[in-house]
Amino acid sequence: MAPFFLLFFIFTAFPVLMAFALSFTYYNVLETPKWVGWDNYATLFIKDDVFLIALKNTLLFALVTGPLSYIACFLLAWLINELSPKIRAVVTLLFYAPSISGNVYLIWQVGFSGDSFGYVNAFLIKWGFILEPIQWLQDPKYMLAIVMVVQLWLSLGTAFLAFIAGLQSMDQTLVEAGAIDGVQNRWQELWFITLPTMRPQLMFGAVMQITSSFAVADVATNMVGFPSPQYAAHTIVTHLNDYGSIRFEMGYACAIATVLFIMMLGTNILVQKLLRKVGD
Amino acid sequence: MMRAVLRLGREKKINRSLPVDLALFVILAAVGAFMAVPFVFMISTALKSLDELFLFPPTFIVRNPTFDNFYDLFLIFSNSWVPLTRYMFNTVFVSFAGTAGHVVLASMAAYPLAKLKIPGRNFLFSLVVLSLMFAPQVTAIPNYLTVSWIGLLDSYGSLILPAFATSLGLFLMKQFMEQIPDSLLEAAKIDGASEYRIFWQIVMPIVRPAWLTLIIFSFKGLWGTGGGSQGASYIYSEQLKTMDYAFSQIISGGFARSGPMAAATLIMMIVPIAIFVFTQSNVIQTMSTSGMKD
Repeated sequence: MAPFFLLFFIFTAFPVLMAFALSFTYYNVLETPKWVGWDNYATLFIKDDVFLIALKNTLLFALVTGPLSYIACFLLAWLINELSPKIRAVVTLLFYAPSISGNVYLIWQVGFSGDSFGYVNAFLIKWGFILEPIQWLQDPKYMLAIVMVVQLWLSLGTAFLAFIAGLQSMDQTLVEAGAIDGVQNRWQELWFITLPTMRPQLMFGAVMQITSSFAVADVATNMVGFPSPQYAAHTIVTHLNDYGSIRFEMGYACAIATVLFIMMLGTNILVQKLLRKVGD
Repeated sequence: MMRAVLRLGREKKINRSLPVDLALFVILAAVGAFMAVPFVFMISTALKSLDELFLFPPTFIVRNPTFDNFYDLFLIFSNSWVPLTRYMFNTVFVSFAGTAGHVVLASMAAYPLAKLKIPGRNFLFSLVVLSLMFAPQVTAIPNYLTVSWIGLLDSYGSLILPAFATSLGLFLMKQFMEQIPDSLLEAAKIDGASEYRIFWQIVMPIVRPAWLTLIIFSFKGLWGTGGGSQGASYIYSEQLKTMDYAFSQIISGGFARSGPMAAATLIMMIVPIAIFVFTQSNVIQTMSTSGMKD
């Protein structure tokens, strides 16, 4: 037990405190950290316009792709559960595959490529919807939406598996008892029997989806570049990487990390409270 | 066909009606297409010849499949300073070492948390649950500093050691171990088995589905490691870099290289998917205990 927790403290628990402490300093790695109080936070929210864009984009991801992916995970798991076991295994693999297949999402780049060889442009030109190719991945108007679609495509991950498992291990006698007690259709069954029984998995799944929906970065960076034109797909994590691994303003980057930490934890705790009420 | 798929043929299930079944089937098929299309594109791009890549309108399914792109991929690496096999070895080594260490350490930590009455175990476990609630990006900078202080920068250890202590693995393992009946462990104790023996000879074989799950989760993370900003900043010696890093250099070569890029991605994705195919039923079994209690 000791080795795990030693590493856990070194790489997970202690760094949170360290990030918090460093967020009150100016630290450029070469000189010793200099105490600056709340300066980093003040700069972040008042002077740093780019951070505010990043904050807005991150909240958009959290409010749009977060809930959508969560609902999709559950509904699809619920639909799959009706299939026969063999087909269910194949469909599960198909839906789960994007989240474990590494860089396959880069094919979306070819799909939305700005020239007429991109699938989307070619399709639209061929059918006469547009006359010349749209710069999907360079135009700030479309960028964020495309990254969101890709993010959704990638989002049937751990939570999805947890839901499938939860549904499969559900006690079927509960459903039969419910039918006797007057449950008439599948929607009532879902609300009065399935959801309350699944509550522990629902809570676990929520944690997984919320955490990942706040942490969007790699997909945005790889799809539309860094920094994205007019920062249209800039998120808190890309902002963090900018200051942390390019500008080496570690204190400032830690302030960004602390804000992100508080947002993630706050949302998670709030959602956990809400989920406890499901089906009551 | 559809009837058989929905298991409607044999008997009417409780609370089900045919029209809604059909509607839901259509939804499922639509989502399935959305999920599958990029894979079809990826595979057919990987098999396209150079002239077919620049055809207008582009072909969705490859017409004249060729393995030229795979050949080109190896050609690109044939005059690189570090041979492709070295990158492959690095990825395989980091993935295997990191995964093995993670499974052993997480199991050894999960057992006392789940089954032994030791002081502070609830506190430790709630810390683990709390750590699931934020993404690793939050701790990226302190981790970089820690790794450099310990002197692990530019070594395999910088990728492997942090992977040992992934909290999701501990969480899943502990939840799964809780189902082991206490009476079984007590019986073993009465027969004179030490805790150490109980752990290796009774607990570990029972929790096989859980460690298979930890393997796939840990492996998929490590397999794709080293291509992102984190991997690139931890390791700067070219001969220690991973396959994902090497391939990402090709990918940044632009559209002209989309053929070899698709080939590279295809090679990278096969391994985690194959592991999942073989472990699926075990993973599902483990995830059924993944719930968070109030």
